[in-house]
Amino acid sequence: MTAPREVLEVVAAGPLALVEDLGRPGWAAVGVGASGAFDRGAHALAQRLVGGDEHAAGVELLGGGFAVRALAPCVVAVTGAEGPLVRERYGAVSEEARRGPMQLDVGDVLRVGAPVRGLRSYLAVRGGLRHGQVLGSASFDTLAGLGPAPLRPGDVLRAGAAGTAYPVVDHAPVRRDQGPLALLAGPRADWFADGTLEALCRGQWTVSVDSDRVGLRLDGPALARREPGRELPSEPLVRGALQVPPDGRPVVMGPDHPTSGGYPVVAVVADNSWDRLAQARPGDRLSFALAHAL
Amino acid sequence: MNEVRRYGDHALLVEVADPAGVARTLRAAPPAGVLEVVPAAATVLVVHAPGADVRRLEALLAEVCPTPTDEAAAEVVIAVRYDGDDLHDVAALCDLSVQDVVRRHQAAAYTVAFCGFAPGFAYLRGLDPALVVPRLVTPRVRVPAGSVAVADTWSAVYPRESPGGWRLIGHTDATLWDLGRPSPALLAPGTRVRFVQDAS
Repeated sequence: MTAPREVLEVVAAGPLALVEDLGRPGWAAVGVGASGAFDRGAHALAQRLVGGDEHAAGVELLGGGFAVRALAPCVVAVTGAEGPLVRERYGAVSEEARRGPMQLDVGDVLRVGAPVRGLRSYLAVRGGLRHGQVLGSASFDTLAGLGPAPLRPGDVLRAGAAGTAYPVVDHAPVRRDQGPLALLAGPRADWFADGTLEALCRGQWTVSVDSDRVGLRLDGPALARREPGRELPSEPLVRGALQVPPDGRPVVMGPDHPTSGGYPVVAVVADNSWDRLAQARPGDRLSFALAHAL
Repeated sequence: MNEVRRYGDHALLVEVADPAGVARTLRAAPPAGVLEVVPAAATVLVVHAPGADVRRLEALLAEVCPTPTDEAAAEVVIAVRYDGDDLHDVAALCDLSVQDVVRRHQAAAYTVAFCGFAPGFAYLRGLDPALVVPRLVTPRVRVPAGSVAVADTWSAVYPRESPGGWRLIGHTDATLWDLGRPSPALLAPGTRVRFVQDAS
């Protein structure tokens, strides 16, 4: 096996740059969540653009302000949020589209600017990032503190051997997120007043500023419980679950959600709407529709 | 008949009296399409593959029975120094002497019901009913690793430093979570546990 080669140096990390792959499912019974890329579709697309496997590790960027310098020739791709992507070569600046694989030569700097749409971008490097795996995954879990630490300026990213696979796509369509998110009734929908699921679907929900990879807090009409004081013994949580604390405002579980919680889950965001949660910015309005009605 | 509830696209939630025991049954012979089994306080989460036959799985989970803890399996013995910051408060809340709190905490036989809150944090069932106390009204920002604690009907050991709202009665030098071990968690669902006085 070839040793991983140093391909990129982090010049600027932006608000939060994390190594992520598709996570470490299978450890919830000992209190470790799956974690992994928040927008799995964008992550997988970036990997395919560089001819990689979707299970390979890349970088998940929150917002903009991220830059890397190439230490060796490499092929990269950036997907996810829409925004400026700039390559600097010998001081000359060229604007790139986030649509396909890009060749970087030694010294080239790639800058990911603040998104105009969406929130999280995904950087893939041909050969896949090689970072210390913990329990079978290179993902950083922000709640459990497991996996490679958030990237900082000066950090060097290593990639594995590229293999013989060539990109299966060289031009990616931009995903335009619109319309309501698909919702399934949750295991404790019956803990809420009649018509609560309908109320969830009628309401306009604003993504709160205290939203992160652990969960998205939604501001909107409070959801009323049938028996307000009733205690729920701690119950497992899943990605996309809408857990409702006593204030009645749902929290949607993100990739780094706790493995269990003591509040009832009224509904679950359907798998095919999941990735859109990753791109919801604080202040964005979300609406829901029951999956069978879509 | 167990109540089985749908939980999103990929999971079912089963209400059972003995979640760790049911998890043991499902792990010993996983039904077709089952990817992960996660016990909690009164339920078991069963994660299934996208194409799994959900109706068949629902029918099977409605009938699943627990596998009792293997009484012959080794107990994990945890040596505790009973010097926790809340030990006197717990004694006062329970209307017991400190010595009685310590004696009762050691006399009980515990089983890990489930893990949660943090990697390797095990909820231990079996606490003496006389030691049931509410959580702190204001959780601590920092609870040291190895803290032995009680809250509600549970006892637990904090695997590493974290915030926490349980009442601290002592501490142990045992390593609860070690990524260098094949099974990083010392205490996994179903593990039997006993606390003894740390004589060192």
